[in-house]
Amino acid sequence: MVAGCAEKGIPIEIVGSGSKRAVGRPIENAMTITTASLRGVTLYEPSELVMSARAGTPLSAIEAELAARGQMLAFEPIDIGPATGTAHGTQTIGAVFATNLSGARRIHSGAARDHLLGIKGVNGRAELFQSGGRVMKNVTGYDVARGLSGSWGTLAIMTEVTFKVVPWPETAATLIYLNLPDNIAVELLCAAMAQPVEVSGAVHLQAPLAARLSHPGLKTMSKSVTALRLENFSGAVTARKQKLKEALKVYGKALELDHRETLEFWSELRRLSVLPYRQTLLWRIATKPTMAAKLVQAIKRYMPAEALYDWAGGLVWLEVPATADAGTVEIRRAAAIHGGHATLIRAERSVRASVEVFQPLSPALERLTRGLKAAFDPAGILNPGRMYANV
Amino acid sequence: MTLSRLPEPDRGVLARSSAIVEDLVKLIGAESVIADEDGRRAFEADALTAYRRMPLAVVLPRSTEDVAKVLKYCHQNRLKVVPRGAGTSLSGGALPAEDAIVIGISRMNRILDVDFENRAMRVETGITNLAITEAVAAEGFFYAPDPSSQLACTLGGNLAMNSGGAHCLKYGVTTNNVLGLRMVLMDGEIVDIGGPYLDSEGYDFLALVVGSEGQFGIITEATVRILPKAESARPILLGFGSSAAAGSCVAAIIASGIIPVAIEFMDKPAIAVAEAYAKAGYPLDVEALLIVEVEGSPEEVNRLLADIVEIAKGFQPKVIEPATSPEHSAKIWKGRKAAFGAIGRISDYYCMDGTIPLSKMPEVLVQISQICAAHRLKVANVFHAGDGNLHPLILYDANNEDEARRAELAGADILKLCVSVGGCLTGEHGVGIEKRDLMGVQFSPADLAVQMRIKSVFDPQWLLNAGKVFPLEAAETQEAPAESAHRAA
Repeated sequence: MVAGCAEKGIPIEIVGSGSKRAVGRPIENAMTITTASLRGVTLYEPSELVMSARAGTPLSAIEAELAARGQMLAFEPIDIGPATGTAHGTQTIGAVFATNLSGARRIHSGAARDHLLGIKGVNGRAELFQSGGRVMKNVTGYDVARGLSGSWGTLAIMTEVTFKVVPWPETAATLIYLNLPDNIAVELLCAAMAQPVEVSGAVHLQAPLAARLSHPGLKTMSKSVTALRLENFSGAVTARKQKLKEALKVYGKALELDHRETLEFWSELRRLSVLPYRQTLLWRIATKPTMAAKLVQAIKRYMPAEALYDWAGGLVWLEVPATADAGTVEIRRAAAIHGGHATLIRAERSVRASVEVFQPLSPALERLTRGLKAAFDPAGILNPGRMYANV
Repeated sequence: MTLSRLPEPDRGVLARSSAIVEDLVKLIGAESVIADEDGRRAFEADALTAYRRMPLAVVLPRSTEDVAKVLKYCHQNRLKVVPRGAGTSLSGGALPAEDAIVIGISRMNRILDVDFENRAMRVETGITNLAITEAVAAEGFFYAPDPSSQLACTLGGNLAMNSGGAHCLKYGVTTNNVLGLRMVLMDGEIVDIGGPYLDSEGYDFLALVVGSEGQFGIITEATVRILPKAESARPILLGFGSSAAAGSCVAAIIASGIIPVAIEFMDKPAIAVAEAYAKAGYPLDVEALLIVEVEGSPEEVNRLLADIVEIAKGFQPKVIEPATSPEHSAKIWKGRKAAFGAIGRISDYYCMDGTIPLSKMPEVLVQISQICAAHRLKVANVFHAGDGNLHPLILYDANNEDEARRAELAGADILKLCVSVGGCLTGEHGVGIEKRDLMGVQFSPADLAVQMRIKSVFDPQWLLNAGKVFPLEAAETQEAPAESAHRAA
C-alpha cells in the first residue's frame, strides 16, 4: 500500500486512534492508514522490565496489563486528547512514542524516547525495517528507534514498539505550597529538585488553573498551587517528606496529599484536565526552568495568558486567546530571548495551516531535517507537512 | 588478530601528504598539528590494540572554529577524518587510517558553564568523564554515566559510543543524560542541537548523533544533565552455587520492584583472579558472585538491603555479606573494579560486549564456556547483570597468532549467540572496526540501508570515520542518496 502511494505520490495520513489528529499542520488530500488493527502485547517480561506491543494497541490496555504486575510506564505519557477536543484515554502506544509527549515524571525518569528500546516499521520507500531490540543496553548501529520518536509519523509508520517499564512505587505523597507567585514557585521547584529525595513531579498552577482541579480543598481557594511528588516505599516517603519540608520551609507551610489524593492529582495533570478544550490557543513551551516565569511574563506584555508549569518550570503549557496568527511572533520571540522552543498544540485548522505549528529550525537543522525526511520518505508521502512545510 | 579487513589507503592522498600537512599548519598553527613519525605513533591505535595504522597527520584543535576549518579543508580535498577522544575505545572506534587526518579533541576540555539551579552543565567534549563529576561533586551533584575508563575517556568519546557504565541500570546511559550538542559537520558547518532544556525541537537529532560513532560530525560542546547525589550507597556481596541461581536472583530482585543502582556479576574464574590481585575478601568456593548496590538515606539503604537478603535466600546463597562501613564498601568494589586489570596481568584478553535478555543468562553462560572450550580457550565473565550486558573476557596469548585468531573467532561466535537469544552485538563499547562484519547477523539489508542513508545525510561522501560500523561491502555499495545535494534544496 505504501509502495503504491509512493509510486503515485499520494499522501498518507497515519492515524492510531486519532486522539492527536488535531495537532500539527493539516495534511491535505491524504488517504488514511490506521494502525488501529495492529493490536496486542507481543512480549512482556516483568523481571526484565520490558514489553513489546503492536503500534495500534491502546495505551489503556498496556497500562492495565502492566498494572496487573505492579508495573507502569515511567514517563507518564500525557493525554492531549481532551485538551484538543477528542476523547480521553484512547491513544495508542505507537502514537505515544511517535509524538514523545511525556508527563510530569519526565523530569525524574526521562521522556518517552528514553524508554524506547526498539521499533519495527515501514518507511516511505515501503521497506520493512527494525532498529534497536528488547535489551536495555544496545549501541549496535545508530539509534534509529529513538531517532524516530517525536517525528509525528513523518519518517515511518511504526508497526511495533519495544519499551522499558518500571515498578509502581509502593506509595506516593504530594507536598502543596499555596499562593506563590510564578517566579518564587519555580525557585521552590528548582530547590526541591536539587535535594537528594528523588522528586518525581514538580508543577506550578496559576490560580485560575488551580480552580479547575477536582480536589475540593485546592479548587476553592483561589490560590496558585505548587506541588511536589515523592514516590518510594512508605518509610522512605515519610522521611523524604520531612527532609523536603525542612529544606523548603522559607516558602511557607506545606499541605500534604495522601496516596489516594496524590494519584488523583497527578492523573488529572496527565489528562491536562485543567486545560480543557475551548476556543483558546494552547502552547507548549520548553525552556530552562529558571527562565520560565520571565518568559511567561514577557508574553503577558502582549496578551493575556494562563500558565501551567511542569518539569520544575522546564515545560510551560500556556493558554492564550485565539487570534489569527496565534501570537506566534510574540511567543516565539520570547522563547528565543529566554532560550527554548514553542509548539502550538491547540488551534483552529485554518490557523494551523497558516502559522508554524512546530518550532522553526535553524538553517543547519532545517537542512538536516529535509535530508532525513528524504532518506526515509523520498516521495514525501508520510504525514506530509504535519511538522514543517514540505517535510 | 586482524580479521577485519581495513580499506586500502588512497595512494593519491599519500603522495600529497607533505602538502596536506603544510596546509593544516597554515590553517590552525604548527602547535596544533602532529606530523612527525614519533608523534603520530601515539595515535596509531586505540584500546583495541590488535589493529594499528599510522595516520597521515594528527590535529589537536583548541576551538570549535579550528575544528570547522580543518573539516572544511578535508571536505574540499576529499580527505578522510578520524575523530578521537582519549583513544580508549575497545572496538577500534578511533583506529586511524594511513590516508586519514586524526582530529583529537583532548585539548578542548574546558567547563563552560555550571548551572546547579537548572541541573545542567555545558562543557567542551575533550573533558574526561570523571572531571565532569569532580567539578560538581562538592555541591552534591554528579554526572551519571560512568564507563570504567572514566578517568581517561572523554565526553566526546562517550557521546560517539553512547557509553554506559556500572550505574546505568538506574540512571540510563549517555543518550539519556545529554540535553544539547554543538557539532561540526564534515563540510565545516557548525550546528547546535537541543539546548539547556529537556526535549529538543524538531526531529530527535540528539538520539541519532549520540552513538553515531563519530560518523556524523565532530561534537565540540555538550550540555549534560547533572543530578543530586544520593545521601549514601552501600553494596552487598552475594555468593551462589551456580550461575543460574545468581541469574535467577537478579531477576527476582528486579521483579520485586527494587531497582538497584548496580548489579555486577563475576564467575568463578574471574573471582579467583580478582581476589588474588585485590584481596577484596571474595569467597573462592562459589560459582558466581553478585555485587548489588542500593542507595538512599542510611535507613532506606538498610531496608533495601534487608529486602534483597530476603529475596536472595530463595536461591540458596552461600555467602550474604552486606557492607557494614564505607571501608567495607570500598573493599567489595575494589575486586570488581580491579577485575579487568587483574585478568590482564595473567593473560591477554579479548573483551566482548554483547547484551542478552536476563532470562537467557544461565544458558548463555553455559554456551559461552562451550564455545571457548571448542576454540581451546579459557574465559572469565565479569558483567553488568542488571541489564544483561555481558563482558566475557576470552583469555589468549597475543604473541601466538593462531591463539589470537581463535580468540577472535570465539568472540564472533559468542556475539552471534547473543543475537540468537534476542540480544545484541554490543551494549556499550560500540561496533567500530571490531564488530562491523557481524552487523548482518543482527540487521537485514533493509535495516542497514536505513542506517546508512542517515550517514549519507550527515556526510554524503562518507569521509568521517570510514570503514567502521557497517560491513565494508555494504558501505562500498551504498550509493549516496539522490538527495545528496540536499543542501541545494
